[in-house]
Parts: sequence; structure tokens; C-alpha cells
Amino acid sequence: MKRIAPHLLLASSLLLVACGQGAQPAAPAAPKPTEAAKPAATAAPAAKPAEAPKPAAEGPLVFFSTQFKPVEEAEKMRQVILKDAPVKVDFIPEDAGPFNDRLIAEQKAGRVTVSLVGGLHGDFAPFVQANQMEDLSAQVTKLADRGFPGPFVELSRMGTKDKNYYVPWMQATYVLAVNKKALQYLPQGADVNALTYAQLAQWGADIQKATNQRRLGLPGGPKGLLHRFFQGYLYPSYTGSAGVVGFKSPEAVTMWQEFKQLWEASNPQSTNYEFMQEPLLAEEVWVAWDHTARLINAVKDRPNDFVLVPAPAGPKGRGFMPVIAGFGIPKGAPNRAGAEQLVEFLTQPKQQVATLRELAFFPATNAQTPEDLPAGVRLEADAVAKQTTAKDALPSLLPIGLGAKGGEFNKVYLDTFTRIALKNEPIQQVLDEQAKVLQGIMDETKAGCWPPDPPSDGPCKVK
Amino acid sequence: MVLFFAWPMVQGLVLAIQDAEGGMSAEPLRRMVTDTAFREAVRNTLAITAVVVPAQVVLALAMALLLMAGLRGSGLFLYAWAIPLGISDLAAGLVWLSIFTDRGYLNSLLVGLGLSETGFQFLSYEHPLSLFLAVAVAETWRATALVMVILVAGLQVIPKEYAEAAEVFGATVWQRVRHVTLPLLRPSLQVALIIRTILAFQVFAVVIALSGRNLPVLAGEAYNWYGGYRNPNVAAAYALLIMLFSLLNTGIYLRALRVRDEQAGVA
Repeated sequence: MKRIAPHLLLASSLLLVACGQGAQPAAPAAPKPTEAAKPAATAAPAAKPAEAPKPAAEGPLVFFSTQFKPVEEAEKMRQVILKDAPVKVDFIPEDAGPFNDRLIAEQKAGRVTVSLVGGLHGDFAPFVQANQMEDLSAQVTKLADRGFPGPFVELSRMGTKDKNYYVPWMQATYVLAVNKKALQYLPQGADVNALTYAQLAQWGADIQKATNQRRLGLPGGPKGLLHRFFQGYLYPSYTGSAGVVGFKSPEAVTMWQEFKQLWEASNPQSTNYEFMQEPLLAEEVWVAWDHTARLINAVKDRPNDFVLVPAPAGPKGRGFMPVIAGFGIPKGAPNRAGAEQLVEFLTQPKQQVATLRELAFFPATNAQTPEDLPAGVRLEADAVAKQTTAKDALPSLLPIGLGAKGGEFNKVYLDTFTRIALKNEPIQQVLDEQAKVLQGIMDETKAGCWPPDPPSDGPCKVK
Repeated sequence: MVLFFAWPMVQGLVLAIQDAEGGMSAEPLRRMVTDTAFREAVRNTLAITAVVVPAQVVLALAMALLLMAGLRGSGLFLYAWAIPLGISDLAAGLVWLSIFTDRGYLNSLLVGLGLSETGFQFLSYEHPLSLFLAVAVAETWRATALVMVILVAGLQVIPKEYAEAAEVFGATVWQRVRHVTLPLLRPSLQVALIIRTILAFQVFAVVIALSGRNLPVLAGEAYNWYGGYRNPNVAAAYALLIMLFSLLNTGIYLRALRVRDEQAGVA
């Protein structure tokens, strides 16, 4: 029996290794320790030392972002877009949770290492609320020649009158991707470029009848963006409201009834899909709604197999949600001058177009999109243009002013979906119950209504 | 110990009974209990624990006894069976995902054998039973070795003389296991059960990998509330609940499998 002992020892050391892994889920990428100041001997032409800011002396500038987390996206950011940056940049993308924790922890500790923050409009809210972001209005004025769209500049005020908490970086939206094989089943009289939700549901049902498979797809997995489908697409299209005011209205009840039909023709794996490009390429689904950046690989790989079209319309119009990302500078940033240089660099037309080409985010400036775009990107650009300029277009913004409650706000819509579509609970009852949770969040954050709803006095109210 | 264990625990406890402004409040607990996923999360966690832990103990005991029987190549078996220990939870989840997913190995096999036309959606929310079983199988595979290692260690300290004495009196193999080995193994069983049950209450990565949001569990909800919904208070309330379950269970095991000195082999 004794001879088992060494084996046991090995097994238990394996166990130790396993425990170690279990206890430490993906430690957030720590910033590289600042390298000891390099000997200044190399700075040969040190004729005008006082003029330029001194970014190089402090190691690479930390650019912390909620965008481009997937490894290949982060690499494109580093290798292509930031290649000729005026300062040495350490680009660190991170999930929203750890992203918040790190920024807040650094502020609390009084040792800020992040000089530039990149995130979606909503990502900035908690830091603006906590008064941790610099006012960048001077920067926005200075970069006026970039031609930032007015609504974006307005949004970056985050509810204030004269401050801008971020400089617009890039934009995106959500569209439908359609496998050409599905086109033959399109209901009679339907125009694929101007669908309605009723037609989409019918289309899905017809596809199911013909192929015996449910081939509509929605990104309802843990990291999917299904909540935006309700907030920015279904609710505006059916109720004309951004999803709060009309949350439990009679129109909303109709909307959920019709959504159930749509859901019945959807692949049940939709509760697991995160990036619709994958099931599209695998042909598990033929018609999918998702963020342009999460469809791009499908259309890039096989541009001849797909068409991209605007999202469907409902009784109140073609609701859609533009997504806006921006650059912010945290208070106490170790290299503010470098961060401003970097913002100037990244908003130049060349970098804006490169971001579109490589990462499928559209310019947030008036940069002209060139003719020679890759076929897949071209498809997306056309669909986005069609959606924005559709006669019945009804843009609905991302939730504004929810601060750190954005996640709980999204949960209301996902829970409503789970209860109505997956568990078949009675629609009105679910809406009434969830409306209370929703109102609680609005009251707590004191967030006013946002477009397309008219501005409210005090917190936005569910009617 | 105080720095790395007690202090964070106290902090967690305090978080669970605070509102967003930091005042005392039962709000996080109320939010947790009224949450859509709460009941399902409790039910699923308890069900996984109730199915997986007994299965693991039985399997691990069988494996440990086989190893100790001193058959040829038992060392090799020990290595093979210990492999899951070296794999992180999430990786184990992904391995099983590649088996159970719609176009995974299992469905390829079923279709290849002509048993199914398009395969079966094991992990769909429409088939909660197969989803649950898939998670249970993956979780059993992943952590049985842990129980086995503890039991093998326990078996090694039982003097051979007891079994030999029983054999002299004509006890069968089953009688020896039942009346000699098992009672003497009680301390190890107790440790294995406590560790495994506590870990089962924290089941997380395997479930997330296999089910996404389809099978809520307590640790998963704690994670969602912290990382996704960004409400550390409710997340702490979930953590508190997991701790209560763990404490309660440890208490029950300690009482039910009470070890007297003479049984522990301390003469």
C-alpha cells in the first residue's frame, strides 16, 4: 500500500493547483509597473525641454476601455489603430465590473494610473456622478473641426449645462443580418429593407414550416445585448416611448403578445447566443438582430451569403438605438497632456476610418467613409445608412442618467422577457410587477425621461 | 487570517444589510428574495448539491477501494482519475459544453449512429431536465477526484489488521467494507462531505459554461448582481445566504457523523 503515497502526493499537489485556479477567476490585467525612468542620455536634441509635455518619462500612457475586450479586437487596436500614436500607449480593455472597481479604487487610493478612459455613454455615468471625471469642454471646442454630431455633444454633457465629460469616439447601432437562403421565404409583399415586426414573425414561421427549424435568432446569452432589443427597438416601435413611460401601457401588452410569436419562431438557443455572427456562420440561424460589431465577422467572412437590413418597424415607427462611445479623462490622470494628444489623434479621419475598417465601429465625426471598404463593412455601412434615414426612423437613445443602476435597469427588461416568453406568465401581471421595480430604479437615480420621450420634471414615471 | 478572511467576511456581512447610501437596511435582502431568479437559484443549487454530492461520495468510495485493493496499475488509475483536479472549473465546463452543445460530440454521435435526425438540444431552456443532468454529470466528473483523494488518504491510515481479523472470522468483502472500513473511514468521510457540500453550494463556472442564464444558481446570481447589475449589496446578500447554507450543513454533518476518539483510531 505504501507505494501509493507518492501518487497521492502528486494528486494533492494537482488539487492545490486546481484550487488556486478556482479561487482566482481571471485576475484583471494589471498595468505594467512603470519602468524605471530611462536614462535621459538618449534625449540628444534636448534643446527645448520646457515646451512639450513629458509623457515618455512616466512610462506608457494607460488607456482603459470597456470596448474591444476580445483578444483579436484588442490586438487590432494596439497593432493597427494605435500604431502611430503620438504617445506610447498601454491599451487595457476590461469588463464593466472590474472596470468600475479599478477606476473607483484608484480614485479612493489617490493613486490614479489611468490617463484615458474609453467607454460607452452609459459607462461614464457612475464616474460623472461621483465627480471623478474632468470637464473636457475645452477639448471638444478645440476639436470642433472634427464635426461631432450635435446630439452626441449634447449627450456628453451628461445632464449638465456647460460641461462635456467625454469626447465622442465612435458609434455603432444594431441591424438585422439575413442569410440569403432565407430570402425565398419572405412573406408576400414584404420589403426586406423595410420589414415590420409582424412580417418578421411571419417570415420566421414560414422558414420553420419549410425547413422544420426555428431560424430567427436573438442574442439572449449572458453577454448578449437582448435588453437593447426591448429598450431601443421594440418599445419605441410599438409604444413610441424609450421603454420607461410606456412600459406597461396597452401598446406594450400588444407588443409582448406579438413578440411571443416572434420568439416561437426563434431558435431556442437564443437564450445562449452572445455574438450573433457565430450562429449565423454556423447557419443555426438565418435571420438575426445584433450590434454591428457583433455581426461583422459573419459578413466579413462571407459577404456574398448575407444581406444586412434595417431593423423592423412597429405601429409607432422604426425604433433603433444609436450607440455612442467616448473618451474621458479621470481626475488626477498622471498624463493628461498625453491623453489629450491621444484623443486628438484618434478623432482624426484616418483613425476613425481605420476603426470602421478593423473593428466595425462607425466614425463619430464627419470623416468620409471611403469607397474601398471591405465588402462586409460596406454592407453594414449601407444598412446603417438605410436605417438612420428611413422615413419612419425613430431613434431612441441609450438610457441616460442611470449611473451605476444601468445593469439593474437592463435586468428589468430581461426578467420581463424571461417571465413572459420563457415561462409564459400572464403579460399584464408581469408588466405591473416589473414596473414597480423599474419605477424604484428611476426614483432612486432621479433620472429624467430621455428621447424619444419628452423631458420630465423629476424622475421619469412609468405610466 | 484576520486580514484575509475575517475582515472581508465582516465587510461582506455589513454590505448585505446596507442600502446604497450606506445606512442600515433590509433592502438588499428584500431585493434578493423578491427577485425573479431567486427561487430558481435556491432550488437549482440545492438540487445540484443533493444529486451531485451523494453520487460523488459513492463513486469516490468505489474508486478509492479499488485503488486500495492493490490491483496492477492502480497507480496509473490514480493519475487518470486525478486529471479533473488539475483543470479549472471553467475549462471543465467548456469541455462538457463541447460534448453537449447542439453540434457537439454527443449529438454528432447520435446523428452518426442514426439515433436522431438533427440531434437533441440538451442545453435548451425547453428541456430543463437534460440541462440539469448535463450540469450534474459535468460537475460530478469535475470534482469526484477531490473526494477520492481524501478517502484514499483516509483508507491508508486504517491498519490492515482490522480487515484481516474480520476475514479470519469469515466476514465477506461487503461485510468488511460495511462494518470495518466504513466506520473507521468516518473522519475522512466527514471531511470529504463537508468540503464537497460547501463547494457544491458555490457551484458556478460549470453551470455558467453549460447553461448561460438558463439555470440560475446562487453563486451565479451573486456574480450577476455584483458584475452585471452592479449592486454589491444584493450580491453580498446572496453570499450571506450561501454562507448560511454552508454553516448549517457543516453543523448537520458534524453532528450526524460524530467521531468518538476510539473510532478515530486514537487509542
